[in-house]
Amino acid sequence: MRMRRSMLLLACFMTFLLIAPTGFAAEKLAKKQVLSFNVGTEPSTLDPAISTGVPEAIIELNCFEGLTRMDENNVPQPAIAESWTVSPNGLLYTFKLRKTKWSNGEPLTAHDFEWSWKRALAPETASEYAYQLWYIKNGRAYNEGALKDPSQVGVRAVDDYTLQVMLENPTPYFLQLCNFPTLMPVYRKVVEKDPEGWFYEPKNYIGNGPYKMVSWQHNAKIELVPNPNYWNRQKVGMERLDFYLIDDINTALSMFETGQLDWFDAPPTAEIERLEKQGYLKKSEYIGTYYYMFNVTKKPLDDVRVRKALTLAIDRQTLIDRVVRGGQLPALAYVPYGLGDATPDKDFREIGGDYFKEDLAAARKLLADAGYPNGKGFPTLTILYNTSENHKKIAEAIQEMWKKNLGIDVRLTNQEWQVYLDSRTQLAYEVARAGWIGDYLDPMTFLDMWVTGGGNNDTGWGNKKYDEMIFGAQAEVDRTKRAKMLHEAETVLMNEMPIMPIYFYVNLTVIKPWIKGAFRSPLGFIDFSTAYVLEH
Amino acid sequence: MGSYVLKRLLSVVLVIFIVSTATFVLMHAIPGGPFKREKALPPAIQRNIEERYKLNDPLWKQYVDYIGNLFRGDLGPSYKYLGRSVNDIIREGFPISAQLGLASVAFALLLGIPCGIISALKQNRWQDNIIMAVAIIGVSVPSFVMATLLMYVFAVKLRWLPAAMWGTPKHIVLPVLALAGFPTAFFARLMRSSTLDVLSQDYIRTARSKGLSWAAVVYKHVIKNAILPVVTYLGPLVAGIVTGSFVVENIFAIPGLGRYYVTSIYNRDYTTIMGVTIFYSALLVLLNFAVDIAYGWIDPRIKLTDAKE
Repeated sequence: MRMRRSMLLLACFMTFLLIAPTGFAAEKLAKKQVLSFNVGTEPSTLDPAISTGVPEAIIELNCFEGLTRMDENNVPQPAIAESWTVSPNGLLYTFKLRKTKWSNGEPLTAHDFEWSWKRALAPETASEYAYQLWYIKNGRAYNEGALKDPSQVGVRAVDDYTLQVMLENPTPYFLQLCNFPTLMPVYRKVVEKDPEGWFYEPKNYIGNGPYKMVSWQHNAKIELVPNPNYWNRQKVGMERLDFYLIDDINTALSMFETGQLDWFDAPPTAEIERLEKQGYLKKSEYIGTYYYMFNVTKKPLDDVRVRKALTLAIDRQTLIDRVVRGGQLPALAYVPYGLGDATPDKDFREIGGDYFKEDLAAARKLLADAGYPNGKGFPTLTILYNTSENHKKIAEAIQEMWKKNLGIDVRLTNQEWQVYLDSRTQLAYEVARAGWIGDYLDPMTFLDMWVTGGGNNDTGWGNKKYDEMIFGAQAEVDRTKRAKMLHEAETVLMNEMPIMPIYFYVNLTVIKPWIKGAFRSPLGFIDFSTAYVLEH
Repeated sequence: MGSYVLKRLLSVVLVIFIVSTATFVLMHAIPGGPFKREKALPPAIQRNIEERYKLNDPLWKQYVDYIGNLFRGDLGPSYKYLGRSVNDIIREGFPISAQLGLASVAFALLLGIPCGIISALKQNRWQDNIIMAVAIIGVSVPSFVMATLLMYVFAVKLRWLPAAMWGTPKHIVLPVLALAGFPTAFFARLMRSSTLDVLSQDYIRTARSKGLSWAAVVYKHVIKNAILPVVTYLGPLVAGIVTGSFVVENIFAIPGLGRYYVTSIYNRDYTTIMGVTIFYSALLVLLNFAVDIAYGWIDPRIKLTDAKE
């Protein structure tokens, strides 16, 4: 947290520098305010209502602006909405909008938001992330086709600059969601003219964010320049952003070393140490958990003692230091750090604490109690992972730890991504590797997936009390009670252990030291609006 | 000749039809789908998507629709790059891959053929030994090793050339070298053995004994007769190389067509799988056809007629 505050100060200082007619000696700006960043892949789409990936979101969040924008501390701040009020039951939001313009100079009104949100929900738009709008009254019913009349969806432009939103349940993270791509306004005229491909031509890519697109070479590069009609134009100091669309991280690294690239994510594991020594590696919070799932419908994993024994019998810190590398955190619970508790300034993980300790003696005893003393009679387990060198190394390390610590034999199987997903949903596995990255900054994005029969609950596990806690928390207005229910849910999950947490992700990025001011949210999104380049 | 061409063209259509049917069956036989994600979609949203992209039609109907569109030259919309058609993807990627591929083939021919001839003429002498040693390396070093090595030496260490991307003549050098390595070496070896074969023929002895210089013999008789195997190999090679290499394009971040042969399968982007497969097989069959025509032109003894004519 302390680091974040200093970043904020830096950003303020930077804004001051930009406004000041002559720069200070301490931080001299480069003559050319241009930076290149590898977003990692060709976007699937740049329609914010339809896209799902982080690379797409990074581009969209810099070309569009929602009602709110997240600050460096991940707190939603007024953006297109200049202020808002929330009714005491937490259901009715009234947003007062600024008088702002689209990048083509046309006025942007509350009607644009109403239209855009209803479009994202319309079944024929077929948006994968439409569920980010299910929080709105009747949003789900309309999206599912049960309700045909869009006027009953709980979003309404009262006048040009007032937007009223009615929610289904009090949703403490709703203001955050207003910064999510699915909830960005889109320019109706171009979208209606070409609903499928309106975003491909830069001149049609009309947005309302800090930047606008000027070119898109497929599989190569997207160029953004400041949007002259952005309401907060003076905040934007960059002349141009070059977003490269390079898949191969080794290529990105070579380009970084030859100066073709200033910034890229997820460096090759073997290079992490060197890049850190050279001062190029930066770590930041990333809300994600790497874990193994147990198929609780299969013997001997139907026995909670076996699941616990397996969970207690691995050494996470060694695994991280020797195999995963990059300073991830050992996960002794499921929900990662960086998510708010009853109040956003308290961390859910810190309050909840650890749920178990790695303990070989306890693990062996649990296994013996389950009828397998020293692993005798324990059938050979198979770990399933999707084909990848990193997953393979982790699985090998765990295989060895279980063999050494519990005396059980483990086989490894890898499958191509889609085949692996299929095996997971079919419960055609025993132990499977998995990872989860949150969709918003609230523990709910991690916990609601384990309800009985949930679409992402590929373990066969279900628990009545757990379901009650999750559904209860979804309807609860009182933040303290809500947080308590979520903690209780996690307690149930960790007592039953259908999953074995391994580590919490961190974001590893490689950046030239003279690139400053851009900040990344724990969801992986990057805000370039305050970025700047120092002389180098 | 006319009926031969017609028959060959008919077989081209038949081959493409068989290839597309086999691809369609195979790609639907593997698990997964274009909108299958790690984060499972709520069933209603899954339905909306299947509805929109007509993935909920019975397979036979999807097949009939696809073949119908194929006859009109429409390869359908990509399921991965939403709003782009497979025709667009090929139209944008192919010229880049073709440019890179043709430059590599030209390089391979211009270097490989003379090297092969020199090797044969200087059989078992130091020139031959050096050329064949280099050729063995060229044939056996895979292109990803070559590409990485070239990038490391000429871009990262020496800074003579850009590490990756596409657009200026400087960008083309390293990928061409990486891509041309194998065919150059292969041409050299092929040319050497066929030249040796030709050199032992009676007509070469005759040409020499009537007083022709070595240079004239090589130019007039040897090359023309020895080049046939190279021409045979040229058909499939050109088809393969101009449609792009996944490895080289991926390493040098070149926006060509090559990546789609691999990524479309990972993505289960059905229409793109079909599109690039059909495109490649059409090109392959047509180029083989062109090679057969070229035989008749290079060597008049080969007649392009049906056996019974």
